[in-house]
Amino acid sequence: MAGFLARRLLGSVVLAAVAASLAYLLAAGSLDPRANYAGRTPPPPPAVVDAQLAALNLNDRTPLFERYLTWAGGVLRGDFGRSVTGSPVGADLQRRAGVTLRLVLLGLVCGSVLGVAAGAAAAVRQYGWFDRLSAGLAYLLLAVPVVVLANVAILGGTWANDQLFGRRVFLVGGERTAGLDAGFWGGLLDRLQHLILPTVTLSLGLIAVFSRYQRNMMLDVLGADYLRTARAKGLSRRRALIRHGLRTALIPVATYFAFVFGALLTGAAFTEKIFGWHGLGERLISAVFTNDVNTVAAISCLAALAVLCASLAADLLHAVLDPRVRAG
Amino acid sequence: MTLSEEEVAGDLEPAEPAPPSRGRVLAGRFLASRQGRAGVGVLALMFVLAFAGPLFAPWSHTDKDFAAFLEPPSGRHWFGTLQTGADVYALTLRGLQRSLIVGLLAALVSTALAALAGAFAGYFGGWTDRVLTWITDLLLALPAFLILAIMSPLFGSGQWPLFVLMLALFLWMVTAKITRGMTISLRQREFVRAARYLGVPPVKIIFSHVLPNLSSLLIVDATVNVSAAILAETSLSYFGFGIQPPDVSLGTLIADGSRTAIYAPWTFWFAAGLLVVTVLAVNVAGDALRDAFDPGAKGGR
Amino acid sequence: MSPVLEVDGLEVAFGDVPVVRGLSYELRAGEVLGIVGESGAGKSVAAAAVLGLLPPEAKVSGSVRLHGRELIGAPERELARIRGRTVSMVFQDPQSALTPVYRVGDQIAEAVRAHQRVTKEQAAVKAVDLLDLVGIPDPARRALAFPHEFSGGMRQRALIAMAIANDPDVIICDEPTTALDVTVQAQVLEVLRKAQCRTGAAIVLITHDLGVVAGFADRVLVMYAGRPVETGDVDDVYYRTRMPYTSGLLGSVPRVDGGGRRPLVPIEGGPPEPGRPAPGCPFAPRCPMREEACDDREPPLFEVGAGHRAACIRWADVRRADGGEQARAPREPVTRGPRTVLEVQGLVKRYPLMRGAMFRRRAGTVHAVAGISFDIREGETLGLVGESGSGKTTALTQILELAEPEEGRIVVLGCDTARLTAGQRAAVRRDMQVVFQDPAASLDPRMTVYDILAEPLRAHRAGAPGRRVAELLALVGLDTAHAARYPRELSGGQCQRVAIARALALEPRLLVLDEPVSALDMSIRAGVLNLLGALKDRLGLSYLFVAHDLAVVRYLADRVAVMQLGRIAEIGRAEAVYATPAHPYTQALLSAIPLPDPVRERSRERILLDGEPPSPADPPSGCRFRTRCPTFRGVLTAEERSLCVDAEPEVRPLGEDQAAACHYAEKLAVV
Repeated sequence: MAGFLARRLLGSVVLAAVAASLAYLLAAGSLDPRANYAGRTPPPPPAVVDAQLAALNLNDRTPLFERYLTWAGGVLRGDFGRSVTGSPVGADLQRRAGVTLRLVLLGLVCGSVLGVAAGAAAAVRQYGWFDRLSAGLAYLLLAVPVVVLANVAILGGTWANDQLFGRRVFLVGGERTAGLDAGFWGGLLDRLQHLILPTVTLSLGLIAVFSRYQRNMMLDVLGADYLRTARAKGLSRRRALIRHGLRTALIPVATYFAFVFGALLTGAAFTEKIFGWHGLGERLISAVFTNDVNTVAAISCLAALAVLCASLAADLLHAVLDPRVRAG
Repeated sequence: MTLSEEEVAGDLEPAEPAPPSRGRVLAGRFLASRQGRAGVGVLALMFVLAFAGPLFAPWSHTDKDFAAFLEPPSGRHWFGTLQTGADVYALTLRGLQRSLIVGLLAALVSTALAALAGAFAGYFGGWTDRVLTWITDLLLALPAFLILAIMSPLFGSGQWPLFVLMLALFLWMVTAKITRGMTISLRQREFVRAARYLGVPPVKIIFSHVLPNLSSLLIVDATVNVSAAILAETSLSYFGFGIQPPDVSLGTLIADGSRTAIYAPWTFWFAAGLLVVTVLAVNVAGDALRDAFDPGAKGGR
Repeated sequence: MSPVLEVDGLEVAFGDVPVVRGLSYELRAGEVLGIVGESGAGKSVAAAAVLGLLPPEAKVSGSVRLHGRELIGAPERELARIRGRTVSMVFQDPQSALTPVYRVGDQIAEAVRAHQRVTKEQAAVKAVDLLDLVGIPDPARRALAFPHEFSGGMRQRALIAMAIANDPDVIICDEPTTALDVTVQAQVLEVLRKAQCRTGAAIVLITHDLGVVAGFADRVLVMYAGRPVETGDVDDVYYRTRMPYTSGLLGSVPRVDGGGRRPLVPIEGGPPEPGRPAPGCPFAPRCPMREEACDDREPPLFEVGAGHRAACIRWADVRRADGGEQARAPREPVTRGPRTVLEVQGLVKRYPLMRGAMFRRRAGTVHAVAGISFDIREGETLGLVGESGSGKTTALTQILELAEPEEGRIVVLGCDTARLTAGQRAAVRRDMQVVFQDPAASLDPRMTVYDILAEPLRAHRAGAPGRRVAELLALVGLDTAHAARYPRELSGGQCQRVAIARALALEPRLLVLDEPVSALDMSIRAGVLNLLGALKDRLGLSYLFVAHDLAVVRYLADRVAVMQLGRIAEIGRAEAVYATPAHPYTQALLSAIPLPDPVRERSRERILLDGEPPSPADPPSGCRFRTRCPTFRGVLTAEERSLCVDAEPEVRPLGEDQAAACHYAEKLAVV
């Protein structure tokens, strides 16, 4: 078991390293930090630009491979280099990771719990009114791209603020009001107000996905022989469904949960960007626009690690939940 | 061995009309479901709208009416105009065209890639499998969105087919994994073993036995990929990483529209609405197709 | 004495399709009723309907009275109180009948706690007692195991333990031994008997195996197309059959007893599809005694004897469709042919034992085939027999793959597989063909019969296939019109005929038959077996016939090889091996096969094996059979046993063409 885990971990690390290197090479090859200096007035002398770029390891006159080696050496020492403005990438990302984590965790927990509940309820009364309603809503939500959903949420929030509450209940733009001084509780309330709309945006899609998935898993289980055995024992339908059906159907869903978590770290980029949260995803988008090679590479490195850790976590979770998978 | 007593004269002619082909049975089952009819109907309508609609409009998507800036829908401009004076109807249909084509092509390419990679990895196993699986895992670990964003400058000036290719490149992995798994189990199935023991070459077995028997999965997955591709295209274009101006897609229109949506709803809702309806139709049709292929899947009805 | 369970006019329909029609029976305390029928006869649905366990879309009508109380239409809560307490059920597939994520002991304890007010601890103790009762060794430890850690036989025992947890009055067993090996089946039937003794419960035994019913049941009910067609005492139904279907079934089953190869009398055609009720007798299209009156209306159950009823208007004329005792063809003289088509020598195949579905790691080595040798001469049929885990499938795959063996030698049609050139390989592929177990699975569902038959011709570029396809269809008794059909439009028997035709397409010399009839319904088996026998005689083919069913093998094989745990236990002429088996394993295997003959079956001395078959990953030292061997356990002295523990017995000859791998082999008639 330990040997297997070690091998698996090594494989993941290699994969992450290759993914990050590829991302760096692509970014360094096609982004052009020199362009950042082009529009300045007065135009800085070329020698100064060269020196600045060279100091940041962004000089396109240095061979690509050499830049890569410098970058990779830094990463191995835990140094992700500096952004185009000269600030260290690592520290910036650490702060932003916290922001993203807050948003993603809350959205994911809301989305999966509500989704699983809805899916299970729909499956138990297949073709009942709830099944039809939840299926219709899930269809609709799955057809709405995040960018539309986020904008609709903002429009709805604005409308509700104006028409329903008459004051600003839903706040948009960042994770808190800058410069607000309202003590601990006031600050918390302000953060909550900022949190509602992005969380709703993030979780609505997840609810749709999880409810469909859980419903299908549950339906598979509903026809299983062991459920019939449980009822033949004398358990009521309800008890048999919950104790024997739900427990078994949750296994693949829990695995899926871990997967989604890994993917969401950068997948929440659109939500972050539209709601002005200064998270990882938002940084990624702005980094591409500002030709910030080092930041782009660092975030892709993080993203690759997150996906691989998540798939490892999914496997471990599966093993914990399912005795058939557990090495025995 | 002599078979003279069993010899049947003449070449074989089908003695009776052939039974209904599988395709026809499927089509019948698919169209018998209300979902299937609705999905296909709406989708067809979208196509007609996207390709025939512009013919009836007085404005093209490049025209600008300098007498009407940000005007609400009217007889002159059916869907209203933008701040630039561009006609929303013409723009939206042009965007819909782009989105539909991008979605369909990307789905087609990615499903083909997935089918080949999955079937070869699953059938041959060994090193073929290891290499292909590794590539699949690598692409799964790379943030697709990032790669597409970095390459976005290349998609400008009519290079949208390149965008389609790149989009497809990041859509095939999950399908490939499923295809691989199913190929492995299919490989153990007796009719594939029978073909192998008959001496049929492996590549021929893949194309004549494995892939046809995965076709239901692949077709259903292709429809899923159509909606995934349309959604991905929209999101990327929204941030300027996809279809590049002066070309438009629903994504770029939604991005522009969202800025003026509060006081000029028509700039946002037409594009967003058409997009949602299109994806919805694709999903509904895909589900009906899945049921047509696998009538037992919905439980005892 | 009033009956415990009365079923009267039970009807079940799914949508407009009637599945069970007019089923009635009574069950008295302590009585065993056998319900026999082929797949699709409606017997399992009828059983689930009694307990109200059918899905909601099933329409159930009629009457089911338990101790006089009506169950059809009873509220769910009342049914839940009855289930598992008064009536319990043992299901067919032990693989999926236990919840995979809970421990076996907990699942049995749950059955106890569903009806008795006991603490968790008491229930757990009771669960261990029950596991002990059904003969699971070391029950306290086994109770903590998960279902996937149990063998099929143990899972079935656990299900029986669950069923008797609350001392029920009725136990309904739905094909309780179908998925099990014969020796394990004998053990499980013994456990059922014991359970019945303990609880005094009446048993409804649903099965397709006429032999199991003959030995176990008091009364029998034969179902066909959803209806009961004959019912009565076991002896009456088996010896004084009054329904052509029953007599057809009895005549078409290959048996291990009797003199030589009794010709099988197949029942023509296949069972009708449900939902297309024709006005007449549903069996009429297949009935050898059909007359015009049969098509007028469905015959009711006529009273044909004391407690014996049959649904046939010509019941008085029905005789056992028996070929009598005259053998099919006088046996060839004992001398074997000169030319060898297949030779296997010292074949060894091991593969790594992987544990865990996800964290795959090597947990040991499975010695699937541990040095076997046999040969097949031209025109000869060798039956390779063994239970699951015996290595017969591995041996077969090794031969079919034409790969170089790990150890030993495989020589197919004169070519050593270790030194095959590409040209030789193609030639061997042409001359050795295979027919698989599941006919539906061995034909590509997306090809027409024509394309399926043409595939080998095209692969070996054997000219235009049209004419040959027609020849092949005629050869296996199919119509030219079948060429345009898809496999799903054919019955199981027809599919298997197509598979046989495909195997014959290239005029092979050696045909490998991998359980060619075990997936078919019993009434269809006889036809396919007869076809295989006729083809062999006519085309001079050699067969390697792999099967788990000794009775089927006996019908076709000239010689048999019995495999056990990767070794050959006994090999020799079929007559000799069946008449006087010398290896204790062969003896046990033969004696475990139930005979469809109530008197003989009840009076037989059965050799029961103890314990679980050992895993091929961890075979016992010395003789691989010793842990279950009745001779080793009961007859031998401690001194004699040490030889079994220390030395692995070689296959040694015991007279004319019979050899066994046992230190203490002794010929013994068991059937």
